[in-house]
Amino acid sequence: MAYTREKPRNARDSEELRRTIPGWGVDLNATDRPSYPKEIQAETGAHWDFPERQRPHGPREKSTEHKFLTPVFGTAQPLRGVSGMIRRYAYTYSEGQTAHWLLLIAGDRVDVLESRIEALLSGRPDNPIAETGVLREFKGGAFRTRFGQHRADLTHQPIDLVLWAAPYAAIAAGAYLLAKGLAPSRRTA
Amino acid sequence: MRAMVYRGPGRIRVEEKDIPQIEHPNDAIVRVTCAAICGSDLHLYHGMMPDLRVGHTFGHEFVGTVHEVGSSVQSLSAGDRVLVPFNIFCGSCFFCARGLYSNCHNVNPNASAIGGIYGYSHTCGGYDGGQAEFVRVPFADVGPSKIPEWMDEEDAVLLTDALPTGYFGAQLGEIREGDVVVVFGAGPVGLFAAKSAWLMGAGRVIVVDHIDYRLEFARRFAHAEIINFTQVDDIVQWVKETTDFLGADVCIEAVGAEADGALFQHITSAKLKLQGGSPVALNWCIDSARKGGNVSVVGAFGPLFSAVKFGDAMNKGLTIRTNQCPVKRQWPRLFEHVKNGVLKPSDVVTHRIPLDEIAEGYHLMSNKLDGCIKPLVIPTAH
Repeated sequence: MAYTREKPRNARDSEELRRTIPGWGVDLNATDRPSYPKEIQAETGAHWDFPERQRPHGPREKSTEHKFLTPVFGTAQPLRGVSGMIRRYAYTYSEGQTAHWLLLIAGDRVDVLESRIEALLSGRPDNPIAETGVLREFKGGAFRTRFGQHRADLTHQPIDLVLWAAPYAAIAAGAYLLAKGLAPSRRTA
Repeated sequence: MRAMVYRGPGRIRVEEKDIPQIEHPNDAIVRVTCAAICGSDLHLYHGMMPDLRVGHTFGHEFVGTVHEVGSSVQSLSAGDRVLVPFNIFCGSCFFCARGLYSNCHNVNPNASAIGGIYGYSHTCGGYDGGQAEFVRVPFADVGPSKIPEWMDEEDAVLLTDALPTGYFGAQLGEIREGDVVVVFGAGPVGLFAAKSAWLMGAGRVIVVDHIDYRLEFARRFAHAEIINFTQVDDIVQWVKETTDFLGADVCIEAVGAEADGALFQHITSAKLKLQGGSPVALNWCIDSARKGGNVSVVGAFGPLFSAVKFGDAMNKGLTIRTNQCPVKRQWPRLFEHVKNGVLKPSDVVTHRIPLDEIAEGYHLMSNKLDGCIKPLVIPTAH
């Protein structure tokens, strides 16, 4: 026990574990494990001291904590629209500042809104049924498998639903109030 | 080409996209033959990683066939079957030269704190991922390897992240013979961490989760003792009692940002995004470990702050070790273990989903339905 020198004994000793657990102890030697030591002199296959630079297609945002644009970078989804302006501004703050991350999260939400509107206007609106994959609940009795598992998440799933619906309810309420405010007032005789 | 695209939290669809182009002389374009949905993809799916842009294609676990190579690629050619580590890395920066491939400094202009990861937001470099028919693979002479003839494709795809990360998690715990190891999380990474703990000589391996079918899988697959934390008043107290009030020698956090078990933590992080992640499992690790013990963290968290009980960690003299797994460093040993039959990674695969049905695959994985442990995505099924 913890109150005396000796460590509590396990129910099974090493010999028994070696007999009963497949592969027990094959990596027992800690100094022979692949990530020991933490830092090594690595042979990586790189045949350059510094990689040739990838050519950017246009302005490419970067962290202020980088000295320059890294020689290789992703080209997916370049900045655009209002979300792009927010994200570009976020990159004026270092990663150490909370503003950097909060602005990026705000940009993400605006991006979703912009994309929803764009999809609607382009004739391929978002389909919440297909995109959430919710129909999987009704295949092969999947819905039933939520229950009888002692799952902790069952307790907050009703709250999740409220949190999911809240922004939509807020938008609907805002639109209703706006429409009501813009509509000509009716006069009764 | 067909590719999965993000449309907002909890929403994805499959769209036509341009086939990626060679952007750098050491790029390769790989035609994906098998991909997987990772538990950490769910953090993206739920909108928890900052700078996640609509239209982004997820997928950092994939294998495929080389379709095209850039002018400086020496080690691969069209037609080679390859497995690709989830890390994008240059092989020559300060960090790569020291074996810290997951911390490469030459591939992610968006952040200096993390290297490049396929399909994991612009915070990880802005690379589209492999849940698509084709994917751009930078530094083709450094990252990917040819799949050995004897290796099964489904084993290979599990070697791109899930198995190496679990195995790495056990290494970070610095397990010694006879140690009591508690693994929080019975997803694929937790299962592989538990299995790996035995290879490193653990004396007891205990897996903690809140979903019975996953725990039963851990008992069968990883020969672990299991405990559902919803069935005890206090999981930390339970660990103390089962170790005669010493605490565990090693705790491994294999859950990450969406840990359940404390309503306030879960709601403020996973739902309201006010924390980088829910630190419930991490705090349980800190509190369950014995004084002077080790905590290994391989669960993924966002870059914002989280309410971690650091005072307890400091007062207990814990060693907390973390990192994204440098996958390629693990491969020689893990290839050996797979070839010798010590490990059979594809045993955790429960579902195979055509790319066109990937939205339902994410729903299945996210909601832990139908006994789901590890779903694979097959781009060429349709």
